[in-house]
Amino acid sequence: MIDSLALTPFEVEALTLSLWVSGWAVLASLPPGIACAWLLARCRFPGKSLVDGLIHLPLVLPPVVVGYALLVTFGRRGVVGAWLYDTFGFTFAFNWKGAALASAVIAFPLLVRAVRLSLDSIDKGLEDAARTLGAGPVRVFFTITLPLVTPGIITGVILAFARSLSEFGATITFVSNIPGETRTLPIALYTLTQVPGGDAGAIRLCIISVVVAFIALIASEILARRVSRRIEG
Amino acid sequence: MIDIALTKRQGAFQLSAAFSVEGGVTALFGRSGAGKTSIVAMTAGLSRPDSGRIAIGDAVLFDSGQGVDIAPDRRRVGMVFQDGRLFPHMTVRANLRYGERLVPAAKRYAAFDKVVDLLDIAPLLDRRPARLSGGEKQRVAIGRALLSSPRLLLMDEPLAALDGARKAEILPFIARLSREFSVPILYVSHAIDEIIAIADNLVVMEQGQVSASGTLEQVLSAVDLSPITGRLDAGSILHARVESHLPADGLSRLTVGPSNHLLAPLVDAPPGTMLRVRIAAQEVSLALERPRRISIQNVLTGTVQSIARAGDGQIDVHVALDDENRLWTRITRMALDSMGLESGQTVFALVKTNAIAKSGIAAARKTEP
Repeated sequence: MIDSLALTPFEVEALTLSLWVSGWAVLASLPPGIACAWLLARCRFPGKSLVDGLIHLPLVLPPVVVGYALLVTFGRRGVVGAWLYDTFGFTFAFNWKGAALASAVIAFPLLVRAVRLSLDSIDKGLEDAARTLGAGPVRVFFTITLPLVTPGIITGVILAFARSLSEFGATITFVSNIPGETRTLPIALYTLTQVPGGDAGAIRLCIISVVVAFIALIASEILARRVSRRIEG
Repeated sequence: MIDIALTKRQGAFQLSAAFSVEGGVTALFGRSGAGKTSIVAMTAGLSRPDSGRIAIGDAVLFDSGQGVDIAPDRRRVGMVFQDGRLFPHMTVRANLRYGERLVPAAKRYAAFDKVVDLLDIAPLLDRRPARLSGGEKQRVAIGRALLSSPRLLLMDEPLAALDGARKAEILPFIARLSREFSVPILYVSHAIDEIIAIADNLVVMEQGQVSASGTLEQVLSAVDLSPITGRLDAGSILHARVESHLPADGLSRLTVGPSNHLLAPLVDAPPGTMLRVRIAAQEVSLALERPRRISIQNVLTGTVQSIARAGDGQIDVHVALDDENRLWTRITRMALDSMGLESGQTVFALVKTNAIAKSGIAAARKTEP
């Protein structure tokens, strides 16, 4: 069934696209993710629970619903999508950027949760101490808060990256199944299961997915341990 | 000159405190829950008073009337917290430099090497806070606050988490740095021996209000702190000069005023040094004649200055030893009646040498004669 260990061009294309899409999804959602986590952990404002709920919605909604909502909003004829296209000539419709957006939205709550938990657990007194030493709020954030929540950020990034890699429903609904553009690993796997004689290829893709997921988990473990060792001295 | 007048309501607790003290070390003394920490937090700008004014010399940090409320990072008020609060992700050196870098060079008065030297933390510079002992952490925390060259240094029970030996290790540093850098210090504590060791001024707080303030000597000889500290803690401070040491007996001979002498536990200070000696009111007995053939070695001569009821059948008698020293004694009512004690009478005050605690002896402060 498995003829060769070397990856076929089809597999390489799906794998690199998956990594590329997930990488961008996590990278782009990191700053707003940290901002949302900080807002939820440190601020009190009217409508906070609404914001909290909105951020966490993709965690409980069927991904297809999210994908369809994205299509309606960010599709070429969607409210925001049409405006983006007319103003900047930029579109998410049926390209890898759309796949990255779908993955980012789905994975966002995982990122926010991890960072927020970490923010809740650090000693706020350290921030006060930094203020009395002459550091303004922005400096305190970048020199005290951010370094101390790094373990939480790493956890969040890995979780979000893993979730992005496995994204299927929202992606296929929003940007369909286009080779080289939106056909990520899970979608490629799905494609193979739909054609006669695709079983062998499907199993190979399964194994690749497992290996990638494992590497991500182990890497996060090592990284998180190294960072917390640095912090604890 | 430090001027503080604040009000703040926190639930059912109403804080309304005002005091004004000269530089040096000012101890803020009171039971836990008296509002000491709130005052310190508001002075640092970490919490906001409902109304009032905070000024250090010419610098007004807060004035609700004028709408002044300087951000904590612009107040130049350093703070040493009870729990140290060193930044765990930085080395000791980076912790120390954190505030130093943020002060304009022209306003820096504390040099890195001098502070490191004074606090004896040079061997710790490359370590992480997690690898420090409690005493080391507090020394680094003091150094970090000092290196931000503050106008005022706040210390919120910096020794509360340490055991007796560690306390004794840090107290002299605090006393020294206020002198070396002439930075005013507001020192929160509920331990009277710490206060006697380092304070020039004393502000006593009870239930959100200042019940007494002034120089340490004024307050301690005028105010009965025993409701706050527990009965045994009422006492007075005597100014004494080291006359000679009797190391074989573990004693030092001290002179109090022009004519009185005191044998105290051996003091580590050369003859001629001026000391503060605290004598608990409970430990002083009075006699109308000079007793002979008695185990008590310390017999001080003085005149009864005042007799006052202290409640509980106890009587407070203040005995003036000389112009400078007043001895506070606490006797029972029965004793008073049987002796027929009156103001102006000459009395002999008896103090057991063993009743003078080693922790109650400290070097005199700079403001004293």
